Amino acid sequence: MTATADSPESAFLAGNNTLKSRLRRAERMRKVWALALIAPMFVFLMVSFVIPIASLLKLSVEDLEVSEALPLTVEAFKAWDGEGFPPPEAMQVFAQELVVAEENKTLGSATRRLNYSLSGFKSMLKKTGRKAEDDLAGVPADQILDAFIAIDKDWGDPAYWRAIKDAVGPLSDFYALWALDRQRDADGDIVMRPSTQSIYVDVLLRTLEISVAVTLICFVLGLPIAYLLATLPTSRSNLLLILVLLPFWTSLLVRTTAWIVLLQNEGLINDTGIWLGLWNEPLELIRNRFGVYVAMVHILLPFMILPIFSVMKGINPWHMRAAESLGAHRWKAFLKVYLPQCLPGIGAGTLLVFILSLGYYITPALVGGPQDQMISFWIVENMSSTLNWGLAAALSMILLLLTLVFFFIYNRFVGFDKLRLG
Amino acid sequence: MAEVGQDRPSTGSTDSIVRFTNVQKTYDGEILVVKDLNLDIRRGEFLTLLGPSGSGKTTTLLMLAGFETPTHGEIILEGQSLRSTPPHKRGIGMVFQNYALFPHMTVAENLAFPLQARRMAKDEQETKIKRALEMVELGAYGGRRPGQLSGGQQQRVALARALVFDPQLVLMDEPLGALDKKLREQMQIEIKHIHESLGVTVVYVTHDQSEALTMSNRIAVFNDGRIQQLASPEELYEKPQNAFVAQFIGENNRFAGTVKEQAGSACKVALDSGDMISALAVNIDGIGGRTSLSIRPEAIYLAPAEGTCDNIFEARIEELIYMGDHTRVRVDICGNNDFVIKVPRGASHVVLETGTKISVGWRSEDCRALDAG
Repeated sequence: MTATADSPESAFLAGNNTLKSRLRRAERMRKVWALALIAPMFVFLMVSFVIPIASLLKLSVEDLEVSEALPLTVEAFKAWDGEGFPPPEAMQVFAQELVVAEENKTLGSATRRLNYSLSGFKSMLKKTGRKAEDDLAGVPADQILDAFIAIDKDWGDPAYWRAIKDAVGPLSDFYALWALDRQRDADGDIVMRPSTQSIYVDVLLRTLEISVAVTLICFVLGLPIAYLLATLPTSRSNLLLILVLLPFWTSLLVRTTAWIVLLQNEGLINDTGIWLGLWNEPLELIRNRFGVYVAMVHILLPFMILPIFSVMKGINPWHMRAAESLGAHRWKAFLKVYLPQCLPGIGAGTLLVFILSLGYYITPALVGGPQDQMISFWIVENMSSTLNWGLAAALSMILLLLTLVFFFIYNRFVGFDKLRLG
Repeated sequence: MAEVGQDRPSTGSTDSIVRFTNVQKTYDGEILVVKDLNLDIRRGEFLTLLGPSGSGKTTTLLMLAGFETPTHGEIILEGQSLRSTPPHKRGIGMVFQNYALFPHMTVAENLAFPLQARRMAKDEQETKIKRALEMVELGAYGGRRPGQLSGGQQQRVALARALVFDPQLVLMDEPLGALDKKLREQMQIEIKHIHESLGVTVVYVTHDQSEALTMSNRIAVFNDGRIQQLASPEELYEKPQNAFVAQFIGENNRFAGTVKEQAGSACKVALDSGDMISALAVNIDGIGGRTSLSIRPEAIYLAPAEGTCDNIFEARIEELIYMGDHTRVRVDICGNNDFVIKVPRGASHVVLETGTKISVGWRSEDCRALDAG
């Protein structure tokens, strides 16, 4: 206490204040230091992770191609309620803008976008664009629709006009619905896409199916190995642990292509089998689901083994003996006493493997057939081949949401506080 | 050991619940951890296996529980050989050193485990669990998890779990090792009372000799894979049969010497310093054999009156340690400067001072001539 004789109270308070401010100053320095230390990591995460993902996800709900190419048309179509045909004045604006856009060659992405809504739109719009200057410019309002129909009879179908109005953006659920094989009909109701374009629900279900199967196989194979690792004497378990970790030190691509070498028709396994006379024709081991399972399980197995092993390592080995001394058979002791204590590790392992499986791309692409491609394959396909970034972003968003949903379910039933990642 | 044979009841006696016959155990095929063990455990007794670590006492217990298999010999429980009986069919309760309570179950579920394994009816289970928890004074703790209990409470739960299915035989492997001294002493008495009220046979392993003395009906002192002596606590303390037991149980002053004369149970031993001591011949090799003499510190008198002691020597006081209820006097006597005398508070009329010389005496019956050790 810093109280002095003449005014003890005020001196005490003053002393107290300086003490508090000294504490604050000291704490502030520490906080600044802490922030400075995490700043590089924070910036790195923002630049390399949060911003790219956020901007990609933005693409899935954006619908700007048409309004960028035809801004005046979009403005004119706003007055239209979407029933029948747009007012002739709006059509005239559209015709004018087509002429300008054709000259400036700015119609490309808009035609692609409109073609997503109705196939055939692209060629129709191109044709119309080419003839716009001659056939559409300056046509009076009462003849404009006929002029359009004269270029392509499909303009007589209100659905095409409606498609332009629906594509005005700036936000839309068009790609999100597409990623679920759905679209809006003329009344704005959500309906199935034509079956020839409906693949993504199947792909999504297939992704889940492969992930569940891979997780189960990894669990069945990994549990005994983890148990062995946890119970063997240290010298031998270390060797085994190195064998488990060995695949981590090889690139994913190398491991996957190694499986191709092993599993292909003229591969090691088929050649050996035929040479030994076990089978006569090469077995189909690759470019099918079997190959995908083999390669994915091989790559993901350590992610199952390591968390379970680390939890098992912490389980008191005397518990099994105690259970046996209390009258339980070895198996019962294992199921009732040992296994429940492994749950945090099993939870972590299955969650890791499952979520990593959901996003698998290279392995199924290399060793799977066309019917084994997972959602990531179609994300890449839409990004790099068909250049449909909106759909790619929507598929990514669905994958991300799916992952979050599983995190949530997992947290509900197992709880992250019980998670042990090793 | 001759003493082991004496304690063995006649063959086929219903008095014995467990019998070890010529049991040997080796882990590596080179060193015998247990060497030719013969031991009868009497029904209802509290038998302690006492010994330093590595003496084979825990291995003996684990063989009885079924977690280790004897390399040679046979263990018989209730007249049945245990050779092909797995641990879960032996019906032996066991308390482990680290409790081994199942952390993912509540206290009541832990206690229900052995009852469920025996497919007992639900209401009977509840009655037994309640009774067992009340026995260890944890009636209100059935819903807690082991992690929420103190060490002493966990120990009680482990005890209740080993007893809840009414086993005839309960094994305890250093169950109090992890508790602090005060709690340990309290639990010793509690376990002793439970044993007395239930009449169950207890085999208790410890390396703590005071714990063994406090609790047991009989104590088997293990060393080097063999039972050195099997006797009641009083006999073990007062009549140790060999130098190891004398040294291991209680405090002990030792002299090394050679037997010069022997007449019945009396003998005279010449120490290496030249002094001659009268002693009780317990375990000697005859005249000319080496022997080690053992005298308890409390059996030694300071300045004894003429005729009370047949061994009287002059000693120099090296150190005085005040212990409250007694004083430890370390003296240099007959070439041994680590000779300790316990003087109860107020018992000595002699003024004790470091560096002074006093006369010290003991009776030949209190001085046991044992093997050379």
